[in-house]
Amino acid sequence: MQKSIRNEIIESILYVAGVLYKLDNSIVQMINENQETLKNIWLKEVNLFKDKEIASYTTTLKLSEDTDQQFFELLIKHINYNDISKDGTLDQFFDQVLHTGLPLKYLTQGLQIARRVILNMLVEAEMDQDKLSAFYREIDSWLDPILNRVVENSSQIWERTVSLQKTALMELSAPLIPVFKNISVMPLIGSIDTERAKLIMENLLNGVIKYRSEVVLIDITGVPVVDTMVAHHIIQAADAVRLLGSTCILVGIRPEIAQTIVSLGIDLSLFPTKSTLQKGMENALEITNQKLISNK
Amino acid sequence: MDIQSCVEVRNEWDIVSARQLGRNMAKELGFGNVDQARITTAISELARNIYLYAGRGKICIEPIDQLGRKGLRIVALDNGPGIREIRKVMEDGYTTSGGLGAGLPGVKRLMDEFSIESTVDVGTEISATKWLR
Repeated sequence: MQKSIRNEIIESILYVAGVLYKLDNSIVQMINENQETLKNIWLKEVNLFKDKEIASYTTTLKLSEDTDQQFFELLIKHINYNDISKDGTLDQFFDQVLHTGLPLKYLTQGLQIARRVILNMLVEAEMDQDKLSAFYREIDSWLDPILNRVVENSSQIWERTVSLQKTALMELSAPLIPVFKNISVMPLIGSIDTERAKLIMENLLNGVIKYRSEVVLIDITGVPVVDTMVAHHIIQAADAVRLLGSTCILVGIRPEIAQTIVSLGIDLSLFPTKSTLQKGMENALEITNQKLISNK
Repeated sequence: MDIQSCVEVRNEWDIVSARQLGRNMAKELGFGNVDQARITTAISELARNIYLYAGRGKICIEPIDQLGRKGLRIVALDNGPGIREIRKVMEDGYTTSGGLGAGLPGVKRLMDEFSIESTVDVGTEISATKWLR
């Protein structure tokens, strides 16, 4: 007896709380009732879109047959909640889809199709203007947070990937390798930008102190372009090494790089240069009074 | 092949992509190793100038064919502050940024033809051509 009174009170409070609740409720009811029809139209439209737009993802298409079903069911399920992060299943689903390599536009398009399909249903249901526009707002406030969440998730995944790769690149950036007593090598591979140039300088100077290197070989075999900026940084680094009392030898200068350096008019005569790492190493052994002896 | 390709230069990574585009086009046209290196280095200098002094601009690369004479033209465009003293800029060792000051005179030596037009506060257009031998 008491229970039913309480229910009545709750209901009346909710009623007073606003038209919004009532609309929300009736729209949910409507969508739930027509779930199967909506789903079929949605699946058809999504498949149309997939054939047209993401045909290149054919390998994953088979997988996405199930994905489509799951996508729509999750959407419907989340009408009943107001909070999209309620049980995390939607987030999980987005993560899963984005990690399998399906494009973001599959998700955004899927949501837009859902919105269109539901709005079509409402228009066909023939209701008065006020109610219809209230429904529009209702559907927007239901779908927009989901859309936001999708975009947020995908950009987070991208940001994470980029920052991971950046760290990985940084670690590969400028290693200084002690090879023989007092001799170290810094092999450089790939383009050099200002950030990397700073790292090269730091690692070079720290390494020279740490390994007590008398000779440092900078190998630029893997640097595709040596322009004035790269040359400038190498000259500065070599100069700084000289200040520490060590010698810097630039090795791995390819013939075409030698020609462009000459054309650019860059003066590299302040420190020794060699064509290959091997020649540089022979030179370095000479400077440090060491010899390679074959064991025969 | 005849279509001009442009790369927007806004950050340091765009310099790399401009370079790559230039190298690919030079390779396609049949330039040798040394000339490829010259062309990419020239693009690198021009793109870096845009990045350093104008902040943003673009590098356009186009294959040219004048009466059967083939070549590659690089055009660097920006709406930056412009160059006040073009003659000084073309001297070796003149720099306003603490660099080597070899960029523009270097590009002129790397390429076969070179022209520069600049208006203060309006922008700069540099074009450089390399002929296929």
